[in-house]
Parts: sequence; C-alpha cells; structure tokens
Amino acid sequence: MNNKIFDEWPGKPLDEILCLCRDLVEDPTYPTVKRWRENGGKVAGHFQVYFPEEIAHAAGMLPVKLRGAPVELTRADSHFGSYLCSILKTSLEIVATGELELDLFVSHPICDAARNLAAIWGRNFDYPCQILYLPQNPNSSQSAQYLSDEYNRIKKLIEKIADRSITEDDLRHSMNVFNENRRLMRELYDIKRETPWLVAAEDAYCLVSVGGMIPREEHNELLQAVIPQLKQRQVKQQDRIRVVFEGGFCEQPPLDLIRMLGRSCYLVDDDLLIGMRWIIEDVSTEGDAMFNLANAYLEKSSYSPVQHDNRKPKEEMLIRRIEASQADAVIVAAAKMCEPGLEEQVAYTHALDEKGIPYFVSEFEENMTSFEHLELQVETFLENLLFA
Amino acid sequence: MSTTVDKQDIVGRGNRDGAQHFRDWFSELTDTAKQGGQSAYVFVMGSLNEILKVFDLPVVFPEINSLQTAVRRVAHEYLSEAEDYGYSPDICGYVKADVAVQLRHGEHPMGQIPEPSIAVLTNACNTYIKWAEIWQRMYDIPMVTIDIPGTREADGQTWKGDKNFENDRKYVSTQLKELIKTCEQVTGKKFDIDKFREILGYANDMSVGWKRVIELNKNRPSLFNALTDGTIYLGVANGFRGTKIGSTYFKELVEEMEYRAEHGIGTLTEELYRLVFVGVPCYPIFRRFNELFSEWGGTFINSTYLWFASGGTNIGFEYDLSDPIESLAEGLLISVRDAMDSMFYQDRMMSDMIEEFGVDGIIYHPIKSCRTVSTGLADSRRYLAKKHDIPSLFIESDMMDRRVVSEAQMKNRIDAFFEGLESRRKQAINHRS
Repeated sequence: MNNKIFDEWPGKPLDEILCLCRDLVEDPTYPTVKRWRENGGKVAGHFQVYFPEEIAHAAGMLPVKLRGAPVELTRADSHFGSYLCSILKTSLEIVATGELELDLFVSHPICDAARNLAAIWGRNFDYPCQILYLPQNPNSSQSAQYLSDEYNRIKKLIEKIADRSITEDDLRHSMNVFNENRRLMRELYDIKRETPWLVAAEDAYCLVSVGGMIPREEHNELLQAVIPQLKQRQVKQQDRIRVVFEGGFCEQPPLDLIRMLGRSCYLVDDDLLIGMRWIIEDVSTEGDAMFNLANAYLEKSSYSPVQHDNRKPKEEMLIRRIEASQADAVIVAAAKMCEPGLEEQVAYTHALDEKGIPYFVSEFEENMTSFEHLELQVETFLENLLFA
Repeated sequence: MSTTVDKQDIVGRGNRDGAQHFRDWFSELTDTAKQGGQSAYVFVMGSLNEILKVFDLPVVFPEINSLQTAVRRVAHEYLSEAEDYGYSPDICGYVKADVAVQLRHGEHPMGQIPEPSIAVLTNACNTYIKWAEIWQRMYDIPMVTIDIPGTREADGQTWKGDKNFENDRKYVSTQLKELIKTCEQVTGKKFDIDKFREILGYANDMSVGWKRVIELNKNRPSLFNALTDGTIYLGVANGFRGTKIGSTYFKELVEEMEYRAEHGIGTLTEELYRLVFVGVPCYPIFRRFNELFSEWGGTFINSTYLWFASGGTNIGFEYDLSDPIESLAEGLLISVRDAMDSMFYQDRMMSDMIEEFGVDGIIYHPIKSCRTVSTGLADSRRYLAKKHDIPSLFIESDMMDRRVVSEAQMKNRIDAFFEGLESRRKQAINHRS
C-alpha cells in the first residue's frame, strides 16, 4: 500500500516535477495534508517562523507550516481589526473554513501580532492551542537549558495528542531525517548562489516550500531526485544582476512576485521560509538529543528580524549574506503592516548606505495580484546597475 | 469643620501629588541630561526598577515620553521626523516619537531626556526588543532583555512548585543575576543586597496599594476615572516603583479612595453607566475622548491599561525579602505574565469582573500603533458576546497618530452606543414593570 501523500512526481521529467511543486505550493486546499489525515495521521500546525518539527515528527505526526495562503477572506476577517498583516488572517481562514484540519496549533512570540494567535485560536477551536516560548534572550547562560525544558514540555503535549510516547531513538531518527533535509536545502541554495541560472527563483522557492506540507522523508526523496537533475541542466548563463531578497521570513510574497523577480535578476540568496532553514549545521544526535536540538536553535542558526541576539546584529548578518552570495544588490522588502520587518528596513538600508551597496525598498502582501508597477520599478533599478 | 479640612487635603490629592511627582521626575531627568549623567532606558511592562534603583540609575520610560508628545499635541512633529528618517507610517508611534527625541538630542516638551547608558527590557511587547535595538545601534550601549515566558495556553498558568514554573523561574533568576553584573560594569558600583531589600519593600507597598485602589473602584459611585485619573496613578506607579515616594504615594492614594468610599464621593461625572476600557488610551485627544463618554454619564471604572501598563502590579504580588532575587524572579514571572494575559487572554478577566464591578458596557479601543494590545480584541469581543449579555463598542484609532483619529466618526459611534444602552435600560424597566 502506498502511503505517500505527494506521489505524483516520481518518474516524471524535471520540468513536470517542478510544475507539480508549484501547483502544490499554490493550492490553498492543502491536498497532501488531507491525504495524510485520510490515512489516519495527525497534524501539528505551527505558525511561522521556526518550530522544532523533529518533535512532532518523532511522534508520527505531520508538522505543517502555517504560512498564510492566497485566499479571499470569508470567515477570518471578523476576528481581526485593521492594521494587521495578511498572514494572520489567511492562516486562520484556511483553518476556519476547514481546508486545513489540525490536531494541535503552536505559535511563537515572534511579533506583537502573532503572539496573540494562540489565544485567538484557543477561543475558536477545541484542540490544544499553545505558545512555544522560544527564548528571546539567547545571550543568557540559561537559554539553552530553558529551551530544552520548553521542548520537553511540548514533547509531553505532543505525546498526549499522538497517543504514543516519543523514545530517544524516535527523536534521534527524526533528527537524522531533518539533518539530511537541511543538508539538501543547503545544497539547493548552493546552486542558487553558485549557478543561479540552473534553477529559477520560483522553482527553488517551491522546492523548499513543499517541505512544509509533506513528511520530510518524502521531501528528502524529492530533493535527492531533483538536485542532481538541476545540476545537469544545460542552461546558458545570462548577464544579470545578482540580487539578495530580504524580508520573507514570515509572510510570503506571492509566487508571481518571486517569478517576476526571477525574470529580472538572479536571486542568489534570500530569507524566504528561513524557519525551515534556520539551523545551518547538522544537529548532533549523541548525548542529550533534545538539548542538542535546543542548543542548535541558539548556536547553529541563521538570523531574522524576530530574533534578537547580541552576537548577530541583523544588518551585519545581511552584509555577510550579500558577501557570501557575491550579490550586487539587495531587495529590502517587508510585508505590509509587518512591524519587525518594517523596522528592520531602516537598519538595513542605513547599513547598506554605509557600505555603498545598492538596494531597492519595497512592501508586499501575499494577496497582491498586480505586479506591473513593481516590475517596472525593479527593472529600472536593475537596469541602472547593469548599465552603470 | 475638621471634615472640610480633611476633605480638601485628601480628595484630589492623588491627582495633585501625582502631577507634581511627574514634573519632579522630568526635572530630575533634565538635570541628568545637562550634567551628562547616566540613565537606564526601560519600559512599563517589567521596568526592573527594583534592580536599577540599587545602582541609582535614573529611569527613562520612552513610552511615557512619547505619549506626552501626543497629550501635548506635538506628536505629529516627532512622527514626521522619524518617518523622514525612514520609519514606516505603519509602525508603532511610540517608537517613532522616541526616535525623533533621540535625533533631537533629547529635546522633549517636558524637558531634556538624557542619553541611555543601558537599555533594559522584557519580552512583554516584541516592539520593546526592536526599539532597544535602535538605541543599541545609536549609542552602542548594553541591551539586556529579561525574557519572561508567559502563559502557554488559556487558563494554563503554572505556579510556584510546578516543574514548568520552576524551569521558567530559573531562567528568569539567571537573567536577573546577569543584569546585576551588567549594571555593575556600567555604573562601576557594587550590588548592595540590603539596599535591594529596601527597594523591594517599597515596591511591595506600591503593589498592595495599586491592587487595593483598583478593588475600591467597585464602589458606587466609582471613586476615580480609570482612563483619566488612572493614567496619573500609572505614571507614578512606573516612574517611582521601588522608591519611598512611590510607597508613600500609594499608601496615601488608598487613604484617599477609602475616604471617598466612606463619604460617597465619586468622580465629577454623574454616573449613569459603568464602563470598562480595553486597550490603550487615545492620547491625541485624551480629555476629549473621555468627554465623549462622560457627557452621557459614562464613567470608566476599570481598564486593562491599568493592569498591563503597570506591568501586572495590579495583582499585588509581594516580594519575599528573605530571598530577594528568587522572589523577584517569581514576582516578575507572575506579574509580567499577568500583564501579557491582560492583553491576550483578557476575555477571561472581563468575564470575571462584569458582575463584580457592575459593568454596563465594554469599550474596546484597538489602535494602529500597538498590535500587542489590539490584534486579539475583535475575536475577544466576539467570544465575550457569546458568553455574556453585555453591550460593547469597538472603535479603532491610535494612541499617537492624529491622522487616524477621527473625532466626528468616533462621536457618532459613541452616541449610537449610548442610545442603545439607554433604550436597553428602558426596555429592562418596562419588562420589570
């Protein structure tokens, strides 16, 4: 019996596989999650940015990343006021309309708006709706131990929902699966940085994104099949500006926007869905595996506007990202009404001014459908650099 | 005769003394700024005044500085300056007004604000973190976050002795010890445990007093307006926490409220409707906003603002002076958690107080500037409406930016709300007769 929930791609040509991934990412009905549930599986929904999915995976649950959706609001709008980002509303919408059914919802205090979500969810759904308090003081000597304790607390809750215990071996197995998954995503990003003409911006994005809606074993198989094919592609390099996109850590820009950017430049690095790639090295499964997982969140991790760490000033981290990817310019974006994103734009642009790195500042919304004006602006910006 | 003298002394003392203390505080800050002295930038939800006062660090509350620009009707100048510097119109107005104060080298309508030597913040509001990062970049100062884990799910609070609570407490107490070390480095002073105990004692007096003052407003008629008078008391609660002045002020405030209760002295409003305010005040039209309600006989008897903007002091936690650091960690966990609950899970608290305080209506005031407070209000209102037959009004505006405050539109909605209350009351009388 085939229990795979994304089984359309094996044996298909590369372009068709990429097309299937795009279709899945743009489908707000979450067909893979429905299949998982039809097979009797339970689902742990977690809001952006980072969640230790290994714990849910170790209990046999499907961790699903809630990242909003390009949907019209019919149910969620009346639960929110104005002046809020779209992702909050559309994430509730897909659950309130029954498109996505969960057995657990976890959010994190990533921003002032999102930290309200567990309370809102809890008032509207019967299953557990919790906040996982990821440490906001990563510089304390107690942070790793605290986080390890917090993960163990969540583990107990997950065991109750999954109705099974998570053994050390279960956790180690899951950590190995995720280590392999992150290694493959790093390899994909190496292609973006080193040979960006081999993979279109929206394809790279979708290849990562589908991981948030299928089991990671399946995601690993997909990437293991696709990456070698991408590397063998015969595509001619073009004379394009190399650009970093910054501002996609939470709400995601519409795929059409990423596609538009990919037509105009080489998108050599970005922070899109950074939570899936938050841990940047393998996590050791030796010793206290849960502590290692917690420690990796603090010590082997990327950066984002929603984590303060005295050791990782965001603007310096962005400069490093630009240098590592040999980018010529940056698109400093923020989702509309995203307080941390909009605040960080100021620090970023001041640092880029100091370094003399060209940048283009923009706002986006996941539901935007018209890109003509933006495309014109981006192309003008890039042409100015190309012909400078 | 003596009663008259007493009355003159006592009634209104909280407002008079509060305003004076406030002026003195800003005067002290001005002196500090002029002398180039040290200061700590802190926030209302978990100011850590208890530790900072041990090191004699004057505390600057940028939230209070910012709201003062709105009350004094100059906020727009500050907001524009920060927007010119690059900040979006869609972010917190407090942050922007403060950025402009910094760009103006401390120039503020109430005096001169000193530059920070250290920034101390909690996670009660995420924007605190982004805000302190701005000072860190501007002044290259230590930025210390005291991360206080909050309630994980509705009604899921844990208490002393519970394993999860003790894990959290250990995390908080370690951070407090790390803060003490940083303060020693910044000021060059050694931490004095006896002075610390004395400060905690003053903070205890304030906590006990604040809790009692809020409880006393169950009285009919209410003794103070939670929106207007309450904001004055809050200013003292924040600026003078852990000081003898703060301790005395709250003891005397309790005395005033008990006197008022005993003698049936309410606010200036003829109390027809007892209202609860949920959110942050509309500072750009602070007095007028209240008048829109008081003209109909509406008075605010309680407010979530009095809870969260005092960092949870309202619950009256008292520190154990025999184990001061661990007790401060416990108190912060419980109090700051309560402040956060007042924003995220306030529907629970509202449910409890409707009967207790004899509430006739709830006014929700979500604002553009503050998503911490505002994001859940529409949902919370829906939830409460399902559980209780209580009228409520939902008006959106801002605490700083007059561009999103429409007084005429607000008045229309408030008038309609009171017309509804009036007709509801008449129907109830008719039904009874």
